[in-house]
Amino acid sequence: MDYLYFPGCTLYTKAKNFDQTARNCSILLGFELKEMDNWTCCGATFPLATDNIMALLAPSRILAKAKQEGDTLTTLCAICFNVIKRTNKLIQTDQEKREKINNFIEMNYQGDLKVLHYLEILKNDIGFLKLKEKIKKPLEGLKTAPYYGCMLLRPFEEMEFDDKERPTIFEEFLLALGAQPVEFPYKIECCGSFQSVGSPEVATECAYRILSSAIKQGAEAMVSTCPMCTFNIDHKQVDIKKKYLDFKSIPVFYFTQLLGIAMGLDIQTLGFDQNEIDPMPLLREKGLV
Amino acid sequence: MKIELTRKKVHNEFAKRVELISGQNLFACYQCGNCTAGCPVAFAMDVGPHEVMRYVLLGLEEEALTVNTFWLCASCLQCTSRCPKGIDIARVMDALRSVILRRKERKDYIDISKFPEGFLERLPQIAFVSGFRKFLS
Repeated sequence: MDYLYFPGCTLYTKAKNFDQTARNCSILLGFELKEMDNWTCCGATFPLATDNIMALLAPSRILAKAKQEGDTLTTLCAICFNVIKRTNKLIQTDQEKREKINNFIEMNYQGDLKVLHYLEILKNDIGFLKLKEKIKKPLEGLKTAPYYGCMLLRPFEEMEFDDKERPTIFEEFLLALGAQPVEFPYKIECCGSFQSVGSPEVATECAYRILSSAIKQGAEAMVSTCPMCTFNIDHKQVDIKKKYLDFKSIPVFYFTQLLGIAMGLDIQTLGFDQNEIDPMPLLREKGLV
Repeated sequence: MKIELTRKKVHNEFAKRVELISGQNLFACYQCGNCTAGCPVAFAMDVGPHEVMRYVLLGLEEEALTVNTFWLCASCLQCTSRCPKGIDIARVMDALRSVILRRKERKDYIDISKFPEGFLERLPQIAFVSGFRKFLS
């Protein structure tokens, strides 16, 4: 079965490793991510001012175009997932906004597309038990902190993704791969998000709290679903080290990179050159490469 | 801070405007402080989100608009998710941002020309696309 796929801007550039590993893993799992035609940026933020229709147009166009190609749309980036899914919900439920948007984009879209996240395919369509059977190289002994961030989960009434305070999908995923999930209190805490543009030092502090909490609980690595989180918790470790001299870095993986290792993908194809903290020493230590 | 409360002050135009943009009933707030307690960036804020809510309710427009609280909000929706009165506080913070950014004189929060060299190149696209939407008029 094929899934219509929306990569989003960052997965084509700064997070190629996320995109590539997801595509390669899907082939091994028996499905293909079919990239939708002529996609654009989703706008990277769902407008919170109720009269801001303009910011809804890009995700609405994406949805309307995707509907011409299929009935579901799969995303990987947590922010794209959030923006597109919330826009879809709004089009479904708010008639006035739906008409305004349709008039503007000169298309007729009623909100009848299902927006999926890659993790949902793994959980619901393949199933974690089936996934476990397909694992070639279990990630035994890899203590990994599942970092959800905010965009996958909130607002939970609209995202309908997992529990709002105690999500478990990531833990289930990690267990299926044979890794050891690490429970830590900051797993649904925000990484600082776009504050890395407005107040970078605040975002650095947020990332430091999250990472040090996970490390304190014994995490040797962290796993993420979002290029924004990954920037703040992986790439910003350089800034954290400048401020907190005794901070010890840990690698941050996209969940598809871990899936790739476990599925036996060639290490060269996992795109570790785009990870700030090199995961190779840890993987060697664990006997995974 | 000493504030004289009047009927006119409580039913102020500023609060109405924030309610209109955010689509939220600010008067539902009973000041429990749950939003501030769970806010991941509260440590860097001049005053917590619940205090800004109070400023707006009391018609203290200048006080509400000169604190850094809503500029630091990362729209992570933790407050929204935990508000026992169902107020979408992140929307209120965005409305305050909007009040400033929609003024005739452009009062942007960030100045791109002053970014250090290589700053933007390092960021992922989603960071500056969303950042520019939140901080520029």
